[in-house]
Amino acid sequence: MSNTPNELFYTQSHEWVRIEDDGSVTVGISEHAQALLGDMVFIELPEIDSELDVGQDCAVIESVKAASDIYSPVAGTVIAINEALEDAPETINSDAYGEGWIFKLQPASLSDVRELMSAEEYSALITEDED
Amino acid sequence: MNKTPLYDQHLAMNAKMVDFSGWNMPIHYGSQLNEHNIVRSDAGMFDVSHMNVLDLRGEQAKAFLQKLVANDVDQLKSDGKALYTCMLNEQAGVIDDLIIYFIHNSYYRIVLNAATRKKDLAWITQQSEHFNLTLESPEGLAMIAIQGPNARTKVHQVLDDETCTKVAEMKPFNACFCGELFIARTGYTGEDGYEIVLPASGVEVLWTKLRQAGVAPIGLGARDTLRLEAAMSLYGADMDESISPLECNLNWTVAWQPVERDFIGRTALQKQREAGVEYKLVGLLLEGRGVLRGHQRVVSDAGDGKVTSGTFSPTLGRSIALARVPVAMGNRCQVEIRGKLQDARVVKPPFVHHGKACYEELN
Repeated sequence: MSNTPNELFYTQSHEWVRIEDDGSVTVGISEHAQALLGDMVFIELPEIDSELDVGQDCAVIESVKAASDIYSPVAGTVIAINEALEDAPETINSDAYGEGWIFKLQPASLSDVRELMSAEEYSALITEDED
Repeated sequence: MNKTPLYDQHLAMNAKMVDFSGWNMPIHYGSQLNEHNIVRSDAGMFDVSHMNVLDLRGEQAKAFLQKLVANDVDQLKSDGKALYTCMLNEQAGVIDDLIIYFIHNSYYRIVLNAATRKKDLAWITQQSEHFNLTLESPEGLAMIAIQGPNARTKVHQVLDDETCTKVAEMKPFNACFCGELFIARTGYTGEDGYEIVLPASGVEVLWTKLRQAGVAPIGLGARDTLRLEAAMSLYGADMDESISPLECNLNWTVAWQPVERDFIGRTALQKQREAGVEYKLVGLLLEGRGVLRGHQRVVSDAGDGKVTSGTFSPTLGRSIALARVPVAMGNRCQVEIRGKLQDARVVKPPFVHHGKACYEELN
């Protein structure tokens, strides 16, 4: 059973979102997703300042097994990207909710974020997957 | 879904299980990359009990195999010798690739792919109608492949003295029965090692003993990156029924001599050989970042081709692939990865041999 921290929000496509004190949000992929994908070997990050729609594909991670698109959980502007992942994509495997964050957004509206899945809802979703 | 006799062992080792052609198999036990590196540097073991073992007995077994497959079992002169070959249809397309072990006299053991089990058995049964032989797919067998530079030493530690002496002097691509164990010095990783077939009832004990001897369990994920570094063909990816051995780098497995040997597909293959083939299978090294994957388009001045198998090579730290490309293609090409063309170098595989880079540059 994968770890799904309570303070985060989640998407159907397995991104997690954390609301920061300054109103920005940090995005990564869940522990469940990294386990499914396996060892990460390559990442293509979004461009800083790019405007993203909700659900827009904005990054690609490749594991030994497969390439996977990352979708923007909400509409917003990219304000930071985790460049350290370019040399060490495996950080997503070892610390999916911490050092393995992928990008930060200034969201168009924080209420969009609060409408995403809670940890409880996401856990229920992936429990179906894991059975 | 089918389970192998080691299913519970995999779960106990926290394996990530996946559906592999109807079999519930371990893809990795935590990290595919680590597992890959263990096989290149030490010793790892794979549950390959899903593979298909077929025993052929009878006076006409040899004559039948000389018709059934493109390589010639007449090359198997001593007991236990193994032969890699393709089984072709009349159009010279590959139905499956397989290993044939010559046990003794009129007894051969064949190991075929799991994914093609049903069609293989149907084809072999149909072709054997007019031959005096028996085909048996023994029930209740399991199979473990132990591979890596330290694999044989570690296997020897868990065998009894008599078996150990017998297999220690066995040459590569040979096999022997040792009591209930059928031990072959073969594999699918480019490393030395054994493949052991045994009754399912004894496989958990052997698996546990091997673990205690320091052999790590390895999932099918690493099996694929290992075989691709070694440029060993994967049926269904690098070849299938629409591809002849001449189009997938398997010319060396076709025995043209003696000319009288009328194996299935020979006429079509001969025609293709005389007319010349349009495609060849080459190795690709991606110059930049990213990962080559099966079905990606290969672009060159000589025309387009496609990636048949691609992955990230843990040993080389970059992406590698096998690709079917026009015969005239030179040493450079581009591959379309998610809509962008990226540069790749064409090389002569294998990419890795005994843990070291070994591909040859083309001029």
